[in-house]
Order: sequence, then structure tokens, then C-alpha cells
Amino acid sequence: METLELTQEEQFQARIDADIRIEPKDWMPDAYRKTLIRQISQHAHSELVGMLPEGNWITRAPSLKRKSILLAKVQDEAGHGLYLYSAAETLGASRDQMLADLHSGKAKYSSIFNYPTLSWADMGCVGWLVDGAAILNQVPLCRTSYGPYARAMVRVCKEESFHQRQGFEIMQTLCEGAPVQKEMAQEALNRWWWPTLMMFGPKDADSPNTAQSMNWRIKRFTNDELRQKFVDMMVPQAEFLGLTVPDPAVKWNADKNGYDFGDVDWEEFWNVVKGNGLCNQERLGARVKAHEEGAWVREAALAHAAKRKQRASEV
Amino acid sequence: MQVAPPTTHTPETQTQLFRYVLQLADTSLILAHRLSEWCGHGPILEQDLALANIALDFLGEARSYYQYAAELEGQGRTEDDLAYLRSAVEYRNPLLVEQPNGDFAATIVRQFIYDTFHYHLLQQLQAGPDTQLAAIAEKSVKEAAYHLKWSSEWIIRLGDGTEESRRRVEQAIASLWRYAGELTTPNATEKELQAAGLVPDYAAMLPQMEAHVARVFEEATLPVPQGVFMQKGGKDGRHTEHLGYLLTELQYMQRTYPGLTW
Repeated sequence: METLELTQEEQFQARIDADIRIEPKDWMPDAYRKTLIRQISQHAHSELVGMLPEGNWITRAPSLKRKSILLAKVQDEAGHGLYLYSAAETLGASRDQMLADLHSGKAKYSSIFNYPTLSWADMGCVGWLVDGAAILNQVPLCRTSYGPYARAMVRVCKEESFHQRQGFEIMQTLCEGAPVQKEMAQEALNRWWWPTLMMFGPKDADSPNTAQSMNWRIKRFTNDELRQKFVDMMVPQAEFLGLTVPDPAVKWNADKNGYDFGDVDWEEFWNVVKGNGLCNQERLGARVKAHEEGAWVREAALAHAAKRKQRASEV
Repeated sequence: MQVAPPTTHTPETQTQLFRYVLQLADTSLILAHRLSEWCGHGPILEQDLALANIALDFLGEARSYYQYAAELEGQGRTEDDLAYLRSAVEYRNPLLVEQPNGDFAATIVRQFIYDTFHYHLLQQLQAGPDTQLAAIAEKSVKEAAYHLKWSSEWIIRLGDGTEESRRRVEQAIASLWRYAGELTTPNATEKELQAAGLVPDYAAMLPQMEAHVARVFEEATLPVPQGVFMQKGGKDGRHTEHLGYLLTELQYMQRTYPGLTW
């Protein structure tokens, strides 16, 4: 009897609390819808922009096998972008609008892609660290409350774990190779370590959206929790590779059963978010250029389809 | 699956076959490399995926040919030695596939010209007497059929799309058609292998290829180019200036750090 008296919002929260998935046709609060569109489209944009730093090495991969794996990996990212845009479309967002928001700078994408890829070892670090961090962020999303997003993430995560393994394997091959290769690996780790710690977002105390997202079960762990997990996972892997994490404060802490580590340079983080990373202009510029230069192709496809339809109706 | 035993050849034929398989390998690799340059820059996400897909098919095919070429040569060279440690004048791909991507229309026209030849070539090779070449062709012809469908559909869309797309596709045809003739003009190696029955007779493939082009161009409302002077030389190592830059990039790591494992 009592359930009849619950408001729509209360019924919605009750479903969330009972871990019942929300589906496209279900009622949902506007703010939940908006938060999801923002998060999913941001995630889709990250896949799209994320093609560029690795795409930068496809034409220079050091062997045919590596070239083939790297190309397949970057292609997977395009595929992830596609599933995610489709998931956002189930919430009423249009792909054209989402892309327009990316191109105007209104929508964000993961800041990690605003760092340059300077050596082959960066392909190792992007797979091992960046995809490793992405997996920690994304695995909980396979249980996120919105059905289409959760299902898209199941596919994404399967492929991401393969990406991470190939990244680690690139690092391992470098570390077992000639001294010049090991130096290349260490140099890349030095550049990528801190930016990947930033991928988990601001400290919990500075993350205003976390509480609501946790409550809606869109998010399942806080930024700081995930960052700690990442460090705990990666420090032993770096040791296994014979590499040194560029943080003198890293130290095992038996009391918390995890590593202590130094503080991220938040000034750098906010600068890159604001558009002042080394590659912000290039990355967004490349996306805008591809979109603008592709306009005539998309128009031609539409015009041709319309002509066909017209002809079919005349027969 | 039953694997047929490798075909045995006379030493002379084996040398010629090595050259021919290397030519096929270089062709697939260079085209794959060009297509891979599109990755992340395609006109729409779905076509970005399609271009990468096709690039991956060609890359896979190239690797099969390089591995077979290395085997035929029997000097202990690997697929990577053959791809990364030969200079432009040693590369044996036809001129068409090394041409820069240009705009999407140029990429489509280059692809359509090559796909038309490639599909018909593989159809013949899969029934040829060399079991390994036939096996590679049998696997690749399914992919080539899809590539040809894809590029044919785009020729039609662009030709019978908007004024701009028509202008662009006509421009691309005007600049690339001159490289079509080399594909079906046998060089000395191909002639000898044709005589030995190992390489199909290109003249016999032409009617079907021309019929396909005529069908697609008609639907695209485009005129089939006539009387174009045909360039050649790539299959004998005389390339356009574009190949040197492509190889500089492709071979950068292996040239900078010789002899390492990646």
C-alpha cells in the first residue's frame, strides 16, 4: 500500500537501491538523465580523441605485428566511441549535438590525451598505464544503474583488458631488450605516471558531483579510492619490469595495506583541463578538421540516399 | 582442414616467384600503410572503422606474402627484414598504391581501381597451381570482395551525390586513372610466371574488370576515362617521389635502432 504513495522520484531511487537497472523508457529524474548524457558523451569523446595519440605511431610501429596490433587497438577505440554514442542516444541526445559540443569545447574528454606520444615506449605506457587506469574506472561501470551504458561497458571492458595486456607486453619486451630500449621504457614511464594518476579526477574533497553519482549508482567508487587501487596495482608491476615509478614518496604502508604516494600536481591537472596542455589545441583541432573536411562526404551520402528513395518511389 | 603440401618449383621459377610474391607483399603493405594514415581522421566514425578494417585486411595479407617470400628466398630473412630494410628502389609495388590519400574522393578512387584488380586477381590465384599462394588468395578474396563492394558503393555515392562530391571524384579520377594500366601490364617477372602458368593472364581478366568499372560508373553517372596515357615503373622499382617519404616513416624505428626486437 505504501508504495503507491511514493513519488516518482522515490520509486526511482528505490529501484536504484534495489540494483534494478534503469532502461531508456523508464521514468528518470532530469538531473540523472543530464548527468548520464554528460558522462557517456564525455566517455565517447575520450574514445574518439584517444585515437589520436596512438594513431600518431601507427605509421611508425617497429614491426608488422606491432603495426597490426596497434591499428586494431585504435580501431577498437573507434568502435567503443560508436557504442557509447549509441548509449547516449537512448537518453535523447543526438550524435550531431554531442559532436558539436565536443568541437565547441563545451563537452570535455579525458585530459590524458592532451599529452604527446614521443617514443614507441609511449605505446606501451598508454596501454599499460592509461588503459589500466581506464579499466579501474570502467569495470565498476559494467554495474552502473543505466542499462544501455552498463551493457556497452561490458563490451568495452573486455577489449580494454586486451589493450592493457598488449601495453604491458610492449613494456616487457622493451625492458628485456637492449639498454637503449629499457631507457626508452623508463623515460616514457617518467612522463606518463603522474598524468595517469590524474585520470581519476580531483580529490574527493574537490569533487562536487561524486556524492550524487554514488547515490544514483552511476559511480561506485570515489576518485581517491580508485587512485589508491591503481597505485597498489601498478607499483609491483613496475618493479617486476625493473622500472622505477617517478615518485620518491611511494612506500608500502602495512597499516593501510596499500602504498603511500606523493601528491599530484593539481595545478597542472587544472591547467590541462582548462585547455593548456601541450596538445589540447592539436587534438581538438584534428577532430574539428576531420569533421569539417568530411562534411561534403556526409552530404554526398545523404544526397545520394535521397535520390535513391526518390527514384524508388517513382517506379 | 587438410593442408596441401607446398608446391615444388625449379630454382629459376622459385626466384621469379619470390620476386612476384614480394611484389604482392609490397603492394598490400603500402596500401595498408596509406589507409592506416586515415585512422582517427575519417569523415565519419563508421567510415573511420571501415578504413581501418580494410587497412588491417591488407596488412594481414601483406604479412602472409612476406612470410611466404622469405620462405621462397630461403636466406633467413624475416617478414620484418623484407618490409623494413629495403629501400624505395627495391620496393616492387605499382605506382597507384603509393599515391597520397588526398581527400576522401582520391582515397576512394585509388581503392576502387586497386580493388577491381585485386578481387579479380585473387579469384584466379586461389585456383592456381602454387598451393601456398592459392591458400593466401582463398583467404583474402573474401575480404577483397567486401573491399570492392565498399569502394564501388562510394564511387556511386560520390558520383551521384552532390555537385561538390561529383567534382571531387572527377578530379580524383583525372589524377589517378593514369596509374590503373600498370596493374594489368605484366613486367618481365610476371610474363615469365604467366608462361609457367603461375600468374594469371591479365588480358583474360580485363573484360570482367572493365565490365565492373562500366557498371559502377554508369550507376555513378560518371564517364569511364578513355585514352589516358598510362604510367608504369613501380613494379620494377621506379617509383614516384611519394614512396621515399612513406618508407622513411614506415622504417624509422628499424633504421634508427637496427637489430633489436620489439
